[in-house]
Amino acid sequence: MTWPTFRGRRTSYLHAAAAPLVFFLVFPFVAILLSLSPAHLFRHLFSEMALTALGLTLQTTLIATAFTVLTGTPLALLLARHRFRGREVLDTLVDLPITVPPVVGGVALLFAFGRRGLLGRSLEVFGLQLPFSTAAVIMAQVFIASPFFVKAARAGFEGVPVRLEAAARTLGASPWHVFWTVTLPLARPALVAGTVLCWARALSEFGATMMFAGNFPGRTQTLALAVMSAMESDLETALAVSTLAIFLGLGALILAKNWARRALRN
Amino acid sequence: MVVQGLRARLAARLGSFSLDVELEVGGNETLVLLGPNGSGKSTCLDLIAGLRSPERGRIVLHETVLFDTDTGVNLPPEDRRVGLVFQDYALFSHQSVRRNVEYGPRARQLPRAEREQVIASCLARLDLTAIADQPVLELSGGQRQRVALARALASEARLLLLDEPFASLDATTRATVRAELRRFLRDAALPALVVTHDPLDAFVVGDRLAVIEGGRLVQVGTGEELLAHPRTAFVADLVGLNVYEAVLAPGVGLKEARAGTVAFHVLADALSGAVHLAFAPSDVALASVPPVGSFQNAFAVRVQESASLPDRLRVTLDAGVPMVADITREAASGLQLAPGASLWAMVKATSIRVYP
Repeated sequence: MTWPTFRGRRTSYLHAAAAPLVFFLVFPFVAILLSLSPAHLFRHLFSEMALTALGLTLQTTLIATAFTVLTGTPLALLLARHRFRGREVLDTLVDLPITVPPVVGGVALLFAFGRRGLLGRSLEVFGLQLPFSTAAVIMAQVFIASPFFVKAARAGFEGVPVRLEAAARTLGASPWHVFWTVTLPLARPALVAGTVLCWARALSEFGATMMFAGNFPGRTQTLALAVMSAMESDLETALAVSTLAIFLGLGALILAKNWARRALRN
Repeated sequence: MVVQGLRARLAARLGSFSLDVELEVGGNETLVLLGPNGSGKSTCLDLIAGLRSPERGRIVLHETVLFDTDTGVNLPPEDRRVGLVFQDYALFSHQSVRRNVEYGPRARQLPRAEREQVIASCLARLDLTAIADQPVLELSGGQRQRVALARALASEARLLLLDEPFASLDATTRATVRAELRRFLRDAALPALVVTHDPLDAFVVGDRLAVIEGGRLVQVGTGEELLAHPRTAFVADLVGLNVYEAVLAPGVGLKEARAGTVAFHVLADALSGAVHLAFAPSDVALASVPPVGSFQNAFAVRVQESASLPDRLRVTLDAGVPMVADITREAASGLQLAPGASLWAMVKATSIRVYP
């Protein structure tokens, strides 16, 4: 057993080898945080632009997340529990927004729901104009972020033993009752982790929103877009909003990790 | 005609495997479905519980038609009142014993007072009252099985299905749990269908045995019937066991176990009182004269009948208790095996398995 004597040296090599990437990932955030004094930070944080963007971001991301949970849960259940033709195709299509550049997602949304889009033309007949509205922000977020929820929820449902659901049925529970009393409680940690992940991705959404919703303060300008605008005129506001976004993202990650750990424990 | 208990005619096709069986279980009878892995026995339970549907068939329980391809009846599992105890018990392991047992009454929306009464009586019947608030995760295998049974009872099951009830138990608890389950099933006054691949489990638990092979029933009958008249070599091998209820003397070393009028000598230091003895027919040697030497178990027996199996003879004997011996044709050539003939049967004490 020569392992223990080598172990100290091995891990120190490992530390050294891992360090560059850690530095590269962390240093930019540190640079932002050090760029503003706390006094400046707070002053710019409470600027009208920042507060409006924060309010809109929270409002749109929460609606987008709620919509995703409501519509994504049945989809995840379908993918996890039912064998049907084209299941793998459907699964791949649902994941597609993760790998396609968000800007392309925005273009796709425009050509579907825009004024000259496939469905947009019919919508316009009813006086409904989706592009460059707050609704468009939410649609862009759902388009980009919902696959993260569906993926997590599907894995969560797949982790619920089918035998337990079958046992519950034989004990007199209807499929609906089984879903609420067995499936959902057992999948809950994965569903919550997926919800937080989806919300976090919606928070950071930029490309599709820019393309499909534009950058109008108070209507479509979320935090990410506000940073973009502020960089051109007011650097300190840009830094303050960036700091805010960093802490929102960090909070979301900590929440998601916590729930993921719970899911593992079950 | 009033049908008490279960009548099931099941025909199903699963890939290249086809299942075609007819089962009857009396009002408070325990039928054991005995067969090797992949013979279709667990599928039968799924079909009766309604977790899958057979292609053709009819399932009637206490006059209620659960399934019938002719009339298009197919009750969902929750309306069948069939309690299925899974091989690994499928308990809600993150919950307490009580929460598990009350799942059925809650799902069936029993009024509160009635619910409490049902739960209390089911917990008491399976001796779970003292551990009712413990999480299922902390329980032993035997306790888990009792929780699964209590949970099925509380859901007002009118038929119990048990899938390999001893498969997830270790060897030491297995014998105890088997004895407990037999007692429970005798007292339960419910029809029960138990699936197992272990002949010993089948003999102890079942009132009757149905042997299944490749999706077909090859023989149905009591343990004695199957033992004495195995219709195929497969059944002969599968149910090849002499089993007796006996009273064992206390103490260590070689000691006496009395089964009716017959005294066996066995080794079982840890046990005393009511036990079961089991040995294979191939462990019985036959001779025409009394043995000389160290045989502790030598019995004067009378031949009742001998049956020719492909590779051996199965001789049914009256030793004061029924006994079955498998011998080779070579060994049989020197023996008088006509019904009524007198012989000596010998069994080594070390060949006799003793269990509660």
